[in-house]
Amino acid sequence: MVESLVVGRGLSKKFGDFTAVDNIDFDIHPGEAFGFLGPNGAGKSSTMRMIGAVSPPTSGRLSVLGMDPSTEGIKIRGRLGVVPQEDNLDRELSVYENLLTHGRYFHMKRAEIDVRIVDLLEFVQLTERLDDRVDLLSGGMKRRLIIARGLINQPELVILDEPTTGLDPQARHVVWDRLYQLKRDGVTLIITTHYMDEAEQLCDRLVVMDRGRIVAEGSPRELIERYSTRDVLEMRFAADQHRHAMPIIEEVAERTEDLPDRLMIYTHNADEVSAELARRGVHPVSTLIRRSTLEDVFLRLTGRQLIE
Amino acid sequence: MTTPRALLIVESEWRYYKRTWWSTVITTWLRPILFLLAMGVGLGTLIDRTADQALGGAGYLAFLAPGLMAASAMQTAITDSSWPVRTGIKWRKHFWAQISTPVTPDDILNGLMIWVFIRLVFVSTAFAVVIWAFGAAPLDRGLAAVPAAVLCGMAFASPMAFLAAWFKEDSTMIALFRFSLIPLFLFSGAFFPIDRLPDLLEPLALFSPVWHGVDLCRSITLGTPLALPLWVEVGYLLAVTVVGWWAAIRRLRKTLNL
Ligand SMILES: Nc1ncnc2c1ncn2[C@@H]1O[C@H](COP(=O)(O)OP(=O)(O)OP(=O)(O)O)[C@@H](O)[C@H]1O
Ligand SMILES: [Mg+2]
Repeated sequence: MVESLVVGRGLSKKFGDFTAVDNIDFDIHPGEAFGFLGPNGAGKSSTMRMIGAVSPPTSGRLSVLGMDPSTEGIKIRGRLGVVPQEDNLDRELSVYENLLTHGRYFHMKRAEIDVRIVDLLEFVQLTERLDDRVDLLSGGMKRRLIIARGLINQPELVILDEPTTGLDPQARHVVWDRLYQLKRDGVTLIITTHYMDEAEQLCDRLVVMDRGRIVAEGSPRELIERYSTRDVLEMRFAADQHRHAMPIIEEVAERTEDLPDRLMIYTHNADEVSAELARRGVHPVSTLIRRSTLEDVFLRLTGRQLIE
Repeated sequence: MTTPRALLIVESEWRYYKRTWWSTVITTWLRPILFLLAMGVGLGTLIDRTADQALGGAGYLAFLAPGLMAASAMQTAITDSSWPVRTGIKWRKHFWAQISTPVTPDDILNGLMIWVFIRLVFVSTAFAVVIWAFGAAPLDRGLAAVPAAVLCGMAFASPMAFLAAWFKEDSTMIALFRFSLIPLFLFSGAFFPIDRLPDLLEPLALFSPVWHGVDLCRSITLGTPLALPLWVEVGYLLAVTVVGWWAAIRRLRKTLNL
């Protein structure tokens, strides 16, 4: 059994009467990429802030790098990298000054920081922008700069709260690539995201949060196996066909979901189901056959309605 | 030995200040010059014909200059401690970036207060030089008044940091500025002795730290006796500073460590 790097037991966070994080348990192992998924307001950022030793838990036990954040927060933060959800770069300072200032808070020497900055800017492909004011960077560049800033102290554990939100596909792939690289170097990553493909690509294990609770836990593969079927058929019908087809479909499918624009049919064998339906006179306007993704799991667990 | 973390905050304030220093040139140098020209020289020549005795025998310029030195320290302290706290929390948001490192809310506040202290020393020294250039006080006396002006400023800096961390909206702070700064300034005793105020207002002025600062600075440059014992005046300013500092730290912890 590996020693866990971060342990949460019965962890809760309340803001007044409102419970943002409700009695959650988790274990994050060294060297893995661990994901927190969940809809808006699920309590992901609140959890990240507790792990980041800037927000004291209301109750429960939390251990980060073997230390207690409530008493050894300074030591913990010294070994942590944090990429916050909200942009808090200093817009009036240059890229260089932002990184320098941040590095100094870790008691790093100027010369040491200068060397690190060169590496980091190359890492996030911002080398040419060294002397530009942060104001002048695009949203995606700022995001990459925040990631670079979070790595200035060569942390062994990095907390990334929605690292790729607002990035274009190219930039997202750059970031993913860099996160892989960090993982290869043995850095432990904690990631929150709304992008299921991101979670599927990056996370070794993840938890799905909803309304402050953890509702599922496992590797992306395990979660798909447990909460979805292997295949999904997405069918569209002409308006009058739909009602006629429903009873037959429900007979052959593991599970269906009736969306306004299409019908989702979950099954372990799409080809068989598709053939069977055709044989029984069900003729959709269009059929798309695909593998289940984490998104299917996510929507099943957290629902399709916005709960705000 | 590692640098205390509060000094790392001072260092980054300095780095930030280097970008905007030119905007403070006006308040540091021009404000004293303009005030002394208009009030001290302009108005003073009128006043000196009639009111010599009420002002303790010196000319109006010499009476006004040390008072303005304290009042100006107050103004610098108020702006330099309240806005950084407001923006640090809400607009520049650099406090949130700072606390994600080994820096704590206590470090942030201590660093900020040290920074304001440094600014006050600089601004008040500049003021002493301007006073001397106007011939309103010898340079050594003016410089001797710097600690008193700085102390007066600190008694505003820390309570303002507390208020800035406490207010939820910028508008509350702006309103406070509007309604309190001008009376504080006008009735500080810098422009006229507060015994000229209606009896009702006089004790109110006594509670204002700036009046003590004005009294201290004036007694240093003019050699006039203090209105209250030295330990009372200095003790009061120190007490306000310490209580404000303590309250500000507690408030900032609450605001940042949600
Ligand atoms: N400082 C606070 N005071 C009061 N309520 C808060 C505070 N911070 C967060 N909350 C509430 O706690 C809940 C969880 O917020 P949190 O930011 O952790 O969600 P999240 O999962 O990160 O959401 P998102 O995906 O939108 O970032 C929300 O309902 C939010 O309104
Ligand atoms: Mg969030």
